[in-house]
Amino acid sequence: MPKDGGIGAPTRRREDYRFLTGRGRYSDDIKTQGECAAIFARSTVAHGTIKSIDTSAAAAMPGVLAIFTGEDFVEVGGNPAGWLINSRDGEPMKEPKRPVLAHGKVRHVGDAYAAVIAETVQQARDAAEMIEIDIEEHDAVVNMKDALAGTTYVHDEIGTNQCFDWGWIEDNRAATDAAIQGAHHVTTLELVNNRLVPNAMETRCSIGHYDTGTGDYTLHTTSQNPHLTRLLLSAFVMGIPENKLTVIAPDVGGGFGSKIYHYGEEALVLAAAKKLGRTVKWTSDRSEAFQTDAHGRDHVTKIELALDEEGNFLAFRTETHANVGAYLSNFSTATPTFLHGTLMAGNYTVPNVYVNVKAVFTNTAPVDAYRGAGRPEATYSLERVIDMAAREIGMDPIELRRKNFIKPDQYPFASAAGLEYDSGNYDALMDQMEKVADKAGFAARRAESESKGLLRGFGVNAYVEACGIAPSNLVGVLGSRVGLYDAATVRVNATGNLSVMVGAHSHGQGHETVFPQVVAEMLGIDPGSIDIVHGDTSKIPFGMGTYGSRSLAVCGSAVVRATEKIIVKATKIAAHMLEADAADVEFKDGTFSVVGTNQSVSFGEVALKAYIPHQFPIEDIEPGLEETAFYDPANFTYPSGAYCCEVEVDPETGKVRVNRMTAVDDFGNVINPMVVTGQVHGGLGQGIGQALMENTTYDSDGQLLSASYMDYAMPRADDLPFYTVDHSQGTACTHNPLGVKGCGEAGAIGSPPTVVNAVIDALQSGGKNVTHIDMPVTPHRVWSAMKNAG
Amino acid sequence: MAKVSMTVNGTSVSREVEGQTLLVSMLREDLRLTGTHVGCDTSQCGACVVHVNGKAVKSCTMFAVEADGAEVSTIEGQANADGTLSTIQQAFQEHHGLQCGFCTPGMVMSAAALLKDNPTPTEGEVRAYLDGNICRCTGYHNIVKAIMAASGQDVSAIAAE
Ligand code: FES
Ligand code: FES
Repeated sequence: MPKDGGIGAPTRRREDYRFLTGRGRYSDDIKTQGECAAIFARSTVAHGTIKSIDTSAAAAMPGVLAIFTGEDFVEVGGNPAGWLINSRDGEPMKEPKRPVLAHGKVRHVGDAYAAVIAETVQQARDAAEMIEIDIEEHDAVVNMKDALAGTTYVHDEIGTNQCFDWGWIEDNRAATDAAIQGAHHVTTLELVNNRLVPNAMETRCSIGHYDTGTGDYTLHTTSQNPHLTRLLLSAFVMGIPENKLTVIAPDVGGGFGSKIYHYGEEALVLAAAKKLGRTVKWTSDRSEAFQTDAHGRDHVTKIELALDEEGNFLAFRTETHANVGAYLSNFSTATPTFLHGTLMAGNYTVPNVYVNVKAVFTNTAPVDAYRGAGRPEATYSLERVIDMAAREIGMDPIELRRKNFIKPDQYPFASAAGLEYDSGNYDALMDQMEKVADKAGFAARRAESESKGLLRGFGVNAYVEACGIAPSNLVGVLGSRVGLYDAATVRVNATGNLSVMVGAHSHGQGHETVFPQVVAEMLGIDPGSIDIVHGDTSKIPFGMGTYGSRSLAVCGSAVVRATEKIIVKATKIAAHMLEADAADVEFKDGTFSVVGTNQSVSFGEVALKAYIPHQFPIEDIEPGLEETAFYDPANFTYPSGAYCCEVEVDPETGKVRVNRMTAVDDFGNVINPMVVTGQVHGGLGQGIGQALMENTTYDSDGQLLSASYMDYAMPRADDLPFYTVDHSQGTACTHNPLGVKGCGEAGAIGSPPTVVNAVIDALQSGGKNVTHIDMPVTPHRVWSAMKNAG
Repeated sequence: MAKVSMTVNGTSVSREVEGQTLLVSMLREDLRLTGTHVGCDTSQCGACVVHVNGKAVKSCTMFAVEADGAEVSTIEGQANADGTLSTIQQAFQEHHGLQCGFCTPGMVMSAAALLKDNPTPTEGEVRAYLDGNICRCTGYHNIVKAIMAASGQDVSAIAAE
């Protein structure tokens, strides 16, 4: 039994009180005396050359304080890509400048070319409408294959729409080709991983403040990683020294990746605050969010799977076109490459893997990491082609997967795609999935559906992903321009309570509850006496933020290391108080005692002593009790899972309903099972949304057709079932102190192929020879596929 | 400008507002009750749900002047007088019905309106009622479970911690 509030306990979240009573503090809730408002003038065309911008009428409007255009930022730097990818021929990727405001050209609908600062939002909005822009329109580059074939360039100065042409692993190419050439059977599938909009319910908001007395800047912003935003603003975009810039992300209303990145609006409000000596606030509306938040996925892939007579996998070969949009967002070059290609061996002992990814500029919003980031794309391609192969060779899809699974005694396992998996047990996950999903009862449920005139399908999936992003040494070799460690400071206050400063930043994950569980367990004290401080660069040592299911695996490990240092120092102080040798002092359940005696002091007494160091050996021990640790992981972590779902398809209308969804995941050790289950639920909701409903559509002119909740179908409560979630089969991560792997993205990775596999199974059961339908599997697509199959 | 008077969470307030000021703006900007959120501009997401004369209303879809003389309650008024959580709020915490918390005020206000009209809704009725409330974090499982639990139903058979 876990201790109440300790590791393994489903502790209820302390942050809930403020959220449930309307006392949360999100960026837009902040109102400052004397603040003014920023509104952006955005392009309504997808592609064009800016001939002139006339701001004179706008400037004369009531309340207008300043107007900025791209001209004002020519001198400042561009917002850079965080990873350098080299093409197969060794050439570095093309990296056109991403300016604060469009200059020379507008490159997607929503591209901001001017900003108006006025006393009120309404005044700024009215004035922005008076800005006259003369644009010479060009053909929009929308479709990726056309983009590579054509001569209209999103960025004229690079003379191509190809950002890079990447091969992974180039040395495996010939062997992979040969394996496919000589194989007994090859299954080939062309598929689309549909473009999604992350749609955190809180839109982005940025508030710039400049202290005219000290020259200090403060940015409040909706961010998953305020330190990275500060670093980018300091080192690349604005050149504001880090010691003069504080970035604060208060409560953040969801992110799913879209709030990792630095956006131009953040630079604009800081520049405007400095120019005006006023606080400048901008809050995105939902249609701006659709047009300008980084989108996700958008891959077009051809995948081949080669098998021998027995069904052993011989090779996977993929060719992917990945849309990066009009500009490179911060992680956009890592997402389709190292977060995708390296996972293309999946859970399997397959000896040959080769991945080719061409990244393509288009006149669309930037595309970057969205929940899962590259790994959902990898899993979808693999698990769809495996299902198709099973059908082609007449083998049960679960049996085919099991036949090729890495076995528990093979760890550490060097995958053919270049990663070393540390632990896992895929057969145990599959066993548990078959059990908790009552697979045995499927036939009866199918018969019941059929009696209602519905087709019922069973879909299955196995995934492995790379989380705990990331070992700096490894990612440095792979092209990352930053380190991906994390940091924590544990401050024991004189009265024995604790403030723990962490570099991770919760945007719904419950860090304020979960991190104290770890520290409370280690120190044997009441978790209620421990508070987390996060989201403020002036208060925390450093941090790389929250994404890639890294908070606990990386930052949590830093918390453990800092707490260990606290215990070491506190033991020394206790030894002094007990007049014993530190080696003889044992720390257990919040008490330091001299082994073999009844002499002891409590953790609280030691804390007090540290701050009131009377009769203190100052030559050996410094006063105070505060420790910082940076933790850089030795490897990625490798969560894995076995998922299944059952769908009902109405053969009359093509409507699909998911009515059973089971997720069995290996997250290693679990600190708070309630929070972990909630994370899986959220991922499942988004994954089912991707599979059945969500799609981002640009027309051939580059107009965004799905730019509001009326046009972009996101799951509502009525579209989703209750889920069965199980994480009882965890195998501990072998290289971090908590043995944890990360759980934030799993649901969104494992569910899309599960759903599509189930739909195909349902249609096949009804005698329809449909082998693939692209996501979203809408009623129209299902109905058309059935019709075409005759 | 027009003078608008109303009772908000039991307190009488009046403010001079523009004719086109939305109720949600008056609550957030003028009264500084920032628990009511704005998640969209097309009246789709329900982050802004409040009660006006006992009925659930999307406060982004109503002008402040239309609420003149009304009794308005918001998320800030839902807890018990001693500050402890109401039954619905408590159920959301107990069943982890919130993550980032942004949709939560609207969810709680919608749930309260539902349970007033339908004290023991089925799963299907809860899901159907939440048609106008989007949550991007929870996949809805725990929200539906929390609302059913708040209605006094036994939810122990619904999976999870
Ligand atoms: S703000 Fe979205 S419905 Fe009111
Ligand atoms: S809890 Fe984040 S949107 Fe519902």
